[in-house]
Amino acid sequence: MLQAFDIIGPIMIGPSSSHTAGAVRIGKYARSILGTKPVSAQIRFSGSFAKTYKGHGTDKAIIAGIMGMDTDDGRIRRSMEIAKEEGLSFVFLEEDIDGAHPNTAEITLTDANGKSAEVQGASIGGGNIIINKINGTEVSITGKSDTLIIPHDDVPGMIAVVTNILAEKKVNIHGFSLCRDRKGGTAVMTIEIDGDIDESINEAILQNPHIHASTILKAI
Amino acid sequence: MKYDSLSDLVAAAKEQNISLSALVLRDQAASAEKTEEEMFQTMTQSLQVMKESVQDGLVEGIRSASGLTGGDAFKMHEAVKNGKNICGKVFGTALTKALAVSETNACMGRIVAAPTAGSCGILPAALLTIAEERNIPDKDVVMALFTASAVGLVIANKASIAGAEGGCQAECGAASAMAAAAIVEMCGGTPEMCEHACAIALKNILGLVCDPVAGLVEIPCIKRNAGGVANALVAAELALAGIGSAIPADEVIVTMKKIGDIMSPALKETAEGGLACTPTGKLLCEKVFGHS
Repeated sequence: MLQAFDIIGPIMIGPSSSHTAGAVRIGKYARSILGTKPVSAQIRFSGSFAKTYKGHGTDKAIIAGIMGMDTDDGRIRRSMEIAKEEGLSFVFLEEDIDGAHPNTAEITLTDANGKSAEVQGASIGGGNIIINKINGTEVSITGKSDTLIIPHDDVPGMIAVVTNILAEKKVNIHGFSLCRDRKGGTAVMTIEIDGDIDESINEAILQNPHIHASTILKAI
Repeated sequence: MKYDSLSDLVAAAKEQNISLSALVLRDQAASAEKTEEEMFQTMTQSLQVMKESVQDGLVEGIRSASGLTGGDAFKMHEAVKNGKNICGKVFGTALTKALAVSETNACMGRIVAAPTAGSCGILPAALLTIAEERNIPDKDVVMALFTASAVGLVIANKASIAGAEGGCQAECGAASAMAAAAIVEMCGGTPEMCEHACAIALKNILGLVCDPVAGLVEIPCIKRNAGGVANALVAAELALAGIGSAIPADEVIVTMKKIGDIMSPALKETAEGGLACTPTGKLLCEKVFGHS
């Protein structure tokens, strides 16, 4: 049900929630997946984003997100200058991505040690986003709640291992998806949860030898 | 409360002998499980951002990201300051503020969506202009924002506040109806007068299409915010003079929905009709994006 602050609000940076707020959030998500300070960014705009990003300021919004700014940050319109001052080099490409939502961006970030992260996300209206791909693996994340990303060997019983640990810690799951590159290869669990989650849960999950990593992405 | 009928809200306010804003604040606090003071503080922050968004838009020489718009609020401000505008200080100031907030939005500044980014200039322009003119304290302006939110909620629930669903009547129409009702309450009008002001404002903008040039929230949106605040002032003036709307607000809202439903998709934010498809509109689109 709509509330008063849905009508008078949100406080936001113009000109439009899907081209500014949504783009900031995709950029911010890519930054949190990299987990360190990026020194270079390649942004590939697809579909409508590719055709209109300059007029809408979507490029500035994405860079602002990569720099860690929030959707109501007054510095968004100067984000490119700020990025250059802080040593981030960036390049924009206009290339369609097959089958992607019209407002899609693919971001590749690299830090000073050469570690990189590739994130594809779509701005689906009203500032809402869907992250569709992380480092080549398909996911489906809204970013509205804390999310666990767990790559692991594609062997039986892995879902039970992880969900049992979550159950013991009294963590409620409200979204779950799993995909794999091939049978017996690498699979990735994406688990969206209610409330806050403690980093210590990663240690418990990582005790299983089939699990490659466990990362908590905070809501943005 | 369900916020599906303005006349029900007015009846409830009358029965409890309180203002619409007091009724809405109490109800919204209860449903959000917060205190009235907390809700009031959150709305006070929105009012603060509204004030800043007026100032941000008055800077000389600002341009939007597309380069299509900017600087009109400054021109209007100069005209009013130099006593050159023809409709007096209050009207000129309202137009200035509506242009300023709307240009702030187009220039990637910070605004409060009210109810949307495209129509964000109307409500702050109306309330801040009248509050300045009449020395109305901030606390009353904040309360008037709750009245405005109630009008917006009924329109959102019974019709739409999205240009893509209902055309510009749903965005600038909703904003001017919200602003008209809020002005009336701020100036001491009764809840019934607020209802009439809402009806009059909406009636005056029924059928207005959403046809943004190049799909950007600039042309004609910025000037429609100026038109919207003028409409809000008209509706509030009439209602405060005791003039009623023959058609009740709730029926006008349903009418707006019906008109939006039969409006062609080409005229609902797709930039495939209306001003977006004029020769000049297409030319401007090419200038920004290199294609139409």
